[in-house]
Amino acid sequence: MTTPAAVTLEGVGKRFGEGASAVQAVTGIDLTVAAGEFVSLIGPSGCGKSTLLRIVANLIEPSEGSVLVNGKPASRARLDQDYGIAFQSAGLLEWRTVQGNVELPLGLHGVGKAQRRQQALELLDLMGLADFASHRPSQLSGGMQQRVAIARALARRPALLLMDEPFGALDEMTRERMQSELIRICAETGAAVVFVTHSIPEAVFLSQRVVVMSPRPGRVTEIIDVPLAARDEDVREAEPFFATITDVREALRGRGRAPVAEEGPA
Amino acid sequence: MLLLAVVLLAALWELYKLVIPADGVRVGDALILPRSDDTSMPHLSEIFGAFGEQEVAGASGTVLSSVISAVWYSLRLAAAGFAVGVVVGFLLALAMQRLRTVERALLPYVVLSQTVPLIALAPLVYGWSGNLTLFGLDWKPWMSVSAISAYLAFFPVAIGALRGLSSPPPVQTELLRCYAASWWQTLVRLRLPASVPYLIPALKLAAAAAVVGAIVAEISIGLPGGIGRLIITYAQQATGDPSRVYAPIVGAAVMGLVAVGLVSLLDFGLRRYHTPKEAM
Repeated sequence: MTTPAAVTLEGVGKRFGEGASAVQAVTGIDLTVAAGEFVSLIGPSGCGKSTLLRIVANLIEPSEGSVLVNGKPASRARLDQDYGIAFQSAGLLEWRTVQGNVELPLGLHGVGKAQRRQQALELLDLMGLADFASHRPSQLSGGMQQRVAIARALARRPALLLMDEPFGALDEMTRERMQSELIRICAETGAAVVFVTHSIPEAVFLSQRVVVMSPRPGRVTEIIDVPLAARDEDVREAEPFFATITDVREALRGRGRAPVAEEGPA
Repeated sequence: MLLLAVVLLAALWELYKLVIPADGVRVGDALILPRSDDTSMPHLSEIFGAFGEQEVAGASGTVLSSVISAVWYSLRLAAAGFAVGVVVGFLLALAMQRLRTVERALLPYVVLSQTVPLIALAPLVYGWSGNLTLFGLDWKPWMSVSAISAYLAFFPVAIGALRGLSSPPPVQTELLRCYAASWWQTLVRLRLPASVPYLIPALKLAAAAAVVGAIVAEISIGLPGGIGRLIITYAQQATGDPSRVYAPIVGAAVMGLVAVGLVSLLDFGLRRYHTPKEAM
């Protein structure tokens, strides 16, 4: 049996609102993310990349097209807990300890107490948070909170991770360290990732493919393969890295067409 | 802190008596500051001394014992009202949180309910419920008092719980949706714990309101046995014994403090949920 693709989007579009005031957020999206593949969605603000992620997560229904996650309809995949998700804000529950937060998705699905605890501690260990299991979220820095959120997303051992600008609120140094950790974790868990960002270096460093989107209505303008062999800190200073960044930047600008504002205020 | 405030208040009271003339301060014919004679403002020693007096000359019971028994009686009525009010208020909040349309339909009436003067309502409730039988139980006059107490208590709970239940940010509600959590799981794991910081102040307000409601309803309905009736009785004896008027008022104040104090105990038990909001 072949492993189904992590995500398959065919002709996906989403309209918000009705009639004259309707806004076409995304349209005509065809995209396949293979099992274990790391794909970034990049584009200017308002290009619908977060909308697209939410459609995959079954938080919103597409207006047209079909969405398959692990070969199942998106709603089935959500009910089966086939994906883990992390947002820009960690969204930890303040009244639970770090460990309690990681256990949350496990507890919701009837995993026994001992197993919950063991699994949570393993994940915290993986994220380098073993010493903070009994801390409260408010005692942690932003970067550490985000790591807890990622540990929580991994709790159900999903084959797919959905991440919506998870490092967007972090400072540059923390951000680069988190990127390296994410690469390591993906290698260890073998999860596919759909990663929304508006940082070009971040997309290039993390992804096997970068999906470039255009705004209003959001559509895929180009999919760029990232030809990087290893993803270590040296890569950040190597020529292929910069070449790909330039490539993505030009794709965002629309290759020869009038330059499009690359980055609006978030 | 509380003790200090009480001492300060007592000092102010006595200072007022000392400084302000017995007839009060007048500008022309207008009384600017109230009278401070011993009929209007008895010395604190007399007020508290009154607790030790015989209720009726020759009888065995003191004023203190009748105030205590009246407080106990009223407190139980208020507690019943509080319990009903909390349940009703919370269920209303749940319904309003669950369905936006219910909120739009109900919230104006919830607010409107509190603009009706309680004094006008109490005899109505008493009148309506005259021959009422609920689940095989005959409606008793004390139930009218509790009903009015509940009527006051449900309001802060409904408003506070609604705010609290709606307080989790979208990132948390969406997270629970991603986990395919049911409405009930979302309520228990997320909305209820998140509502505690909003619920505790609401419960304190409700406790105080339940006490006020019970006392006012007792007076309005004319139910004997409680602190409300005692306030009226002693007020009628004011010409003979002015210090006695204050005894049931002190009793009512203590009653309110006890009610709010009990809620504070709950607050202490739930302090885990009172942690500061996460920075992000």
